Amino acid sequence: MVPFAGYRMPVQYPAGILSEHHVTRGWAGLFDVSHMGQVRIWPKSGSVPDAAHALETLIPSDIVGLAEGRQRYGLFTTPEGGLVDDLMISTRPDHVFLVVNASRKHVDLALLESGIGRDCEVELVEGRSLLAIQGPDAEAVLSRLVPEVSAMNFMDSLTLTYAGTEIWVSRSGYTGEDGFEVSVPDELAAGFAGDLLDQGGVLPVGLGARDSLRLEAGLCLYGNDIDETTSPVEAGLSWAIQKARRAGGPREGGFPGDTRILAEMAEGTGRRRVGIRPLGRVPMRQGAPIYGSETGDDCIGEVTSGGFGPTVGAPIAMGYVEAGFASAGTRVYGQVRTRRYPAELQALPFVRTRFKKQKG
Amino acid sequence: MKFTDEHEWLSLEDGIATVGITEYAVSQLGDIVFVELPDVGAELEAGGDAAVVESVKAASDVYAPLAGVVTEVNEGLADEPTLVNDDPQGEGWFFRIKLADPSEYEGFMDEDEYRAFIS
Repeated sequence: MVPFAGYRMPVQYPAGILSEHHVTRGWAGLFDVSHMGQVRIWPKSGSVPDAAHALETLIPSDIVGLAEGRQRYGLFTTPEGGLVDDLMISTRPDHVFLVVNASRKHVDLALLESGIGRDCEVELVEGRSLLAIQGPDAEAVLSRLVPEVSAMNFMDSLTLTYAGTEIWVSRSGYTGEDGFEVSVPDELAAGFAGDLLDQGGVLPVGLGARDSLRLEAGLCLYGNDIDETTSPVEAGLSWAIQKARRAGGPREGGFPGDTRILAEMAEGTGRRRVGIRPLGRVPMRQGAPIYGSETGDDCIGEVTSGGFGPTVGAPIAMGYVEAGFASAGTRVYGQVRTRRYPAELQALPFVRTRFKKQKG
Repeated sequence: MKFTDEHEWLSLEDGIATVGITEYAVSQLGDIVFVELPDVGAELEAGGDAAVVESVKAASDVYAPLAGVVTEVNEGLADEPTLVNDDPQGEGWFFRIKLADPSEYEGFMDEDEYRAFIS
């Protein structure tokens, strides 16, 4: 058990990081992500589009255009164009539901209160746990308990029932695999997790494999790969800013940091987040400096997340490098302890994502 | 075989000590993906950095239990770091050092003492 964002969490369960990782890629892994913040935004007018418009003053996503029952990845930005947090946003019949990072939930809540508290009730949901089931067998396993999930598409978000209790299900996750995140009342959580594990082919997964899975999928960890000093464009997250909010869109800008962010989308940035594939076996971990040559003083960037990718079968990393070096295939050198080791920049993700795009 | 409180083992033959990490150390580190070994000929100080073990969790230093000169390293670990997981106190040895003072070997814990130390 280790401290994580104020919670005590297991790095691994008895199976160990490698097994937990492989089971998630091959069958299904169960993750307890109850530490994450679940937040409901209630429009005081009673009209959900009012909540969506209000949220768009803090988040550069198209939330007004997000259909009921759908979910989208988004970002809270700073006035300087950095990132306060990354989050999931879903539109429900009478409110907007957010899932935010544990380490940032109090910062996010303060931002929401001061930014949209006049028009919306901001509620940190208490008494609910969040479980994620991820992997190619996630649908088969979960649908034995909740048959309706089979009809869901990637990024659908629905209210369903299990054991006579309301559960909130989205078809999403943070591993690069198909899967679901399920919000259940605390008193149902242990029983629901047990029922999922009893289906067979499902293992509980700790923080260690959660990190290697998201790293292989090229997904950012807030605090490592993105923070208040990184812009969404530098981080390669421009895709989270939909057309409606970009230059020329019907609701262009109007979010914190919009001047810098829209300018960077047009003109580019000085540095870019990239995938880094060490050519040998030495893992390049967070903080390792990246050089353009084997011996020179030409430091061009730094690793922000790195380790061993069990599915890749080799070390993998991501980090920021100067834009001039940021194309796939560029040879770079990572400093690990006293030596420099060769690496090659690679397009992310390292492992092809397998999201459920269509019904069937 | 002797054991250190840094969870290394060493065995002595003709003034040369073979050094590795213990089963207990491996159980704590988890799956090992890389081992950085010293150069043959390097002079190690007692308690100084000798090797680094990279597991799926983190990088951990391995210290030289005693002063000496590295005579051989386990080249097999370069391609098969999992030897350390599979057989830490045998095939998964790290390096051999010619001890500056072999008499110091007797000062380390024996197996029973080490078992008591980790329990």
